[in-house]
Amino acid sequence: MSNGTFEPRLVGFLCNWCSYTGADLAGTARMIYAPNIRIIRVMCSGRVDPQFVLKAFREGADGVLISGCHPGDCHYKEGNYKALRRHRLLSKMLEQFGIEKERFRLEWVSASEGTKFQQVCNEFTEQIRKLGPLNLHQNGGRHEQGQA
Amino acid sequence: MSKAKPKVAFYWCSSCGGCEESIVDLAEDILKVVAAVDIVFWPVALDFKKKDVEAMPDKSIAVSFINGSVRTSEQEEMVHLLRRKSQLVVAHGACAHLGGIPGLANFWNKDTIFRTVYQTTASTDNPDKIVPQEKSDVDGHELTLPRFWDTVHSLSQIIDVDYYLPGCAPPRDLIINAVTAILEGKLPPKGSVLAPNKSCCDDCDRNDTKPEKLAIKEIKRPHEVLLDPKTCFLAQGIICMGPATRSGCGERCIEGNMPCRGCMGPTDQVYDQGAKFLSAFASILETNDEKEIERIVSTIVDPAGTFYRFSLPSSILKRKRMEAVK
Repeated sequence: MSNGTFEPRLVGFLCNWCSYTGADLAGTARMIYAPNIRIIRVMCSGRVDPQFVLKAFREGADGVLISGCHPGDCHYKEGNYKALRRHRLLSKMLEQFGIEKERFRLEWVSASEGTKFQQVCNEFTEQIRKLGPLNLHQNGGRHEQGQA
Repeated sequence: MSKAKPKVAFYWCSSCGGCEESIVDLAEDILKVVAAVDIVFWPVALDFKKKDVEAMPDKSIAVSFINGSVRTSEQEEMVHLLRRKSQLVVAHGACAHLGGIPGLANFWNKDTIFRTVYQTTASTDNPDKIVPQEKSDVDGHELTLPRFWDTVHSLSQIIDVDYYLPGCAPPRDLIINAVTAILEGKLPPKGSVLAPNKSCCDDCDRNDTKPEKLAIKEIKRPHEVLLDPKTCFLAQGIICMGPATRSGCGERCIEGNMPCRGCMGPTDQVYDQGAKFLSAFASILETNDEKEIERIVSTIVDPAGTFYRFSLPSSILKRKRMEAVK
């Protein structure tokens, strides 16, 4: 954040076989998209432990993206279905923590969909820009205790 | 010529008293404990005061067993005092270990809790909207109360903790093993949870009835169905925290035909018990259809409160986002 303008910090967990390759395609094709996402490559979207998502939010992410192969295309057959189930349940739980479900996104991006990756990053960045910062990194810290 | 007996203190913070009961429940074994140690502070049972503790030399108490979570300035002061006076501090029970049931207050804050408790509950009659004040003036005398925090903490978030005795309340065997280990000086590395490091399912009698592949089509709550007393709860569609919970409790709930609620906390390999359970549970829902997944998820009442029933303050998120508490 500089000059008082809010730049969303996004973390993206991308599967090795489809989405990371799709993001790589967006890069090699020199597509221009919002630079707000920090990409972490995982072997499968089913590898994304909900602890990773919570930790990303806790440490300052304003939004978290999980991206994997399209349904039916998972390299490990059904890792992406597990990611889908976890995403829906975790989204519901995050709302109970006051974290809007728009901040946690699941997308299917294949290796050939560089354009879709570009579009997802742009949309997600704008969506989070509208929502504003999450301000979670100090949530529940000792500093609150001074407040009556 | 007898050596001085080691001094032991017991203290309670935000707790229900069940952990004190767990000491009393040692029954005749407590006599062995009493014979081996000097209890120098135990507000629930003995008439020692704070000033008596203050008068002791630093590190003169061999071990303090502290139960309850920490949510007021008074509790903070007392645990700091006991830490200073003690060689070892044991977090006794789920509340001190993880934050426990009182930790569920982290879905709220001080203002919303006071509003509910002192104003809006059906049985409250408080037309002047009086709430406890840290300082109040009564007939020229100033009365004070401890500060009540927005956030409930586990003990190790406030002071250095040497060992953890998990459970709500900790089972008798674990307490006796811990006391024996301390008296004999045979302690595991600092920071250890004094219980087996395997999951509740590992020791569960119903493990044999668990199918090769668990698959849940409908989620049921214990009061909605007749529970089979022999079959794995997850196989019955009941949320059971066993897979994400540490063993050592003696499966008392399971024996009572109720699913595990997770009071023993996670095993050493897991940081966030609720997230890990969510991960396991979502993966055994028996459908790949998006709409059907959403339908099943919508039938889970209060996932956060269920998965973090005993561990919210020590979880990764610790509490509900302050700005979102209304």
